[in-house]
Amino acid sequence: MSTQTLGGARRSGDAPHGGEPPRLGLQDAHRRRVRNAWLLIAPTLVLLAVVIGYPIVSAVIMSLEKDPGLDPATGFFVEGGFAGLSNYSHWLLQQCNSSGGPVPCPPGSLGSQFWPSTFTTLFFTAVTVPLETVLGFWFALIMNRAFRGRALVRTAILVPWAIPTAVTAKLWYFIFAVAGIVNSLLGRQILWTSDAWASRFAIVVIDTWKATPFMALLILAGLQLIPDEIYEAARVDGASTWKTFWTITIPLVRPALIVAILFRILDVLRIYDLPAIFGGGNATATWSILVVQQMRQGANAASALSTIVFLFIFFIAFVFVRFLGADLIGRGQKGKDAS
Amino acid sequence: MSKATNRRRARTVRTWISAVVIMVWCLLPFYWMVVTSFRDVGYTFDTTPWPTHVTLDNYATALSTHWGNHLGQALLNSLIIGVSVTLIALLVGTVAAYALSRYDFAGKGIVMGAIMGASMFPGVALLTPLFQLFTTIGWMGSYQALIIPEISFVLPLTVYTLVSFLREMPWDLEEAARIDGCTPAQAFRKILLPLAAPAIFTTAILAFISSWNEYLISSQLSSDATQPVTVAIASFTGTLPHQEPYTAVMAAGTIVTVPLVILVLLFQRRIVAGLTAGGVKG
Repeated sequence: MSTQTLGGARRSGDAPHGGEPPRLGLQDAHRRRVRNAWLLIAPTLVLLAVVIGYPIVSAVIMSLEKDPGLDPATGFFVEGGFAGLSNYSHWLLQQCNSSGGPVPCPPGSLGSQFWPSTFTTLFFTAVTVPLETVLGFWFALIMNRAFRGRALVRTAILVPWAIPTAVTAKLWYFIFAVAGIVNSLLGRQILWTSDAWASRFAIVVIDTWKATPFMALLILAGLQLIPDEIYEAARVDGASTWKTFWTITIPLVRPALIVAILFRILDVLRIYDLPAIFGGGNATATWSILVVQQMRQGANAASALSTIVFLFIFFIAFVFVRFLGADLIGRGQKGKDAS
Repeated sequence: MSKATNRRRARTVRTWISAVVIMVWCLLPFYWMVVTSFRDVGYTFDTTPWPTHVTLDNYATALSTHWGNHLGQALLNSLIIGVSVTLIALLVGTVAAYALSRYDFAGKGIVMGAIMGASMFPGVALLTPLFQLFTTIGWMGSYQALIIPEISFVLPLTVYTLVSFLREMPWDLEEAARIDGCTPAQAFRKILLPLAAPAIFTTAILAFISSWNEYLISSQLSSDATQPVTVAIASFTGTLPHQEPYTAVMAAGTIVTVPLVILVLLFQRRIVAGLTAGGVKG
């Protein structure tokens, strides 16, 4: 009984439909379930608020503060204070501080690397995701066919997925070494781990190797939802393989495909491990690498940069969910109620 | 008739060729790592496709602490961190996933959206504030400084993988147990938990693997004593200065990867189900 009063008290604002006794019982049961549900979810939400909510809020606050240091005008040590949006304009508008006010960031400083790192990050995203999508689709189409050894293929493609990125980077670092197997096979002496475009190319290859399996498995799961009867009907109607692919497979697998592409885009936008360990210097320095480099030089500017990255990532996710209909939570909203 | 058979046979052959190409592309780099890890350091760049100059020296070098590497300790650290993160995420996440797949209530979509959003969170956005906080309170290099940030991506993964599994559960059984006189807690423990065990187990594997593979946060917040395997591998130093210890690193990489490959071999079907559960709905 006490639980009912509690539930009732909590929702006293919407009392109008409390009249009929039989409905009251059902509603109380419903309220109790709703309250139980929130109690069960609460620990997760509290924990996420601590491990994500707290850092993000303090990052935003830090991004609006000055780095403590010597005031360029007076020469005294100052404890930071409110900086407005100067940490953001530092990156976006390339305004670095000097004694005479903001100046364009000098070449070679971390500040001047913002737009190059933006280019690098977007370049990796724009090249690897389409590559992984096409290859992943091919993998998935093969694995969707019934043939002996299908389980073998599925196990094999899980291997690149399972190898930690740190090991992947080291493994390919050896493969792409100056005296390594790639150069031996090509009969060339390409500096894959230090030359700007060679190292970018290498990272595209490695990321494609590592991430295509994940893409393929998501697409495969989508393919397996397409009933065989539809293909049967298309064949009876005399549709060519090509036409069947474009008018049946693609539209029906689209929801799974969009989710897979979104996951991969978000992963590449925050890529860190691979370029950080593989090498390539400034040519492969992505946003995440720039944040880590900046962190020890000025935490407030680093916070502004990580906030820019985070806002951009959420903007992309929003576009996908809102305009491309990426169904991330899907049937989660349609779970059964016990009544 | 025979024409159709021929066409089917040609298709099977094409499928097989594709399958072999895919398997070779996926396995070759891994194979090359294992082969090199057994190769004498003097023949590091030997291009023979099969094992030659076989030796176990590289494994001895990889596990030795003589040159400032701590691979053995790092393996233990990764185990400690991975098990802790997985247990915390499962304890907290299972009850949340139960509620989210079992009940309908206002705000559920928002909760699911928030959890999905949390899983897409870029690690660098957490790093700077945590770096400052842990420096201030003296947690830098401690296990908790590595475990807590990992909860931020393992817990959302746990919840949404479990939700998509639990959605398929026969909830009527719980109702039946209740009618037979079980309390809700009993019904959960005796009926639902055994039924959900495979889903929870699969989720645990995925959670553990994602913790085992974490690098960004650990590389910044760990110390020599607490660094996980990914950090140990990335900063591996050789027996000679200015010479990349390729064969020893390949041995270290093999040691770190083999447990995962065994997991994959044993639970291939489950892992695929778990990986795709979060992204695709039936």
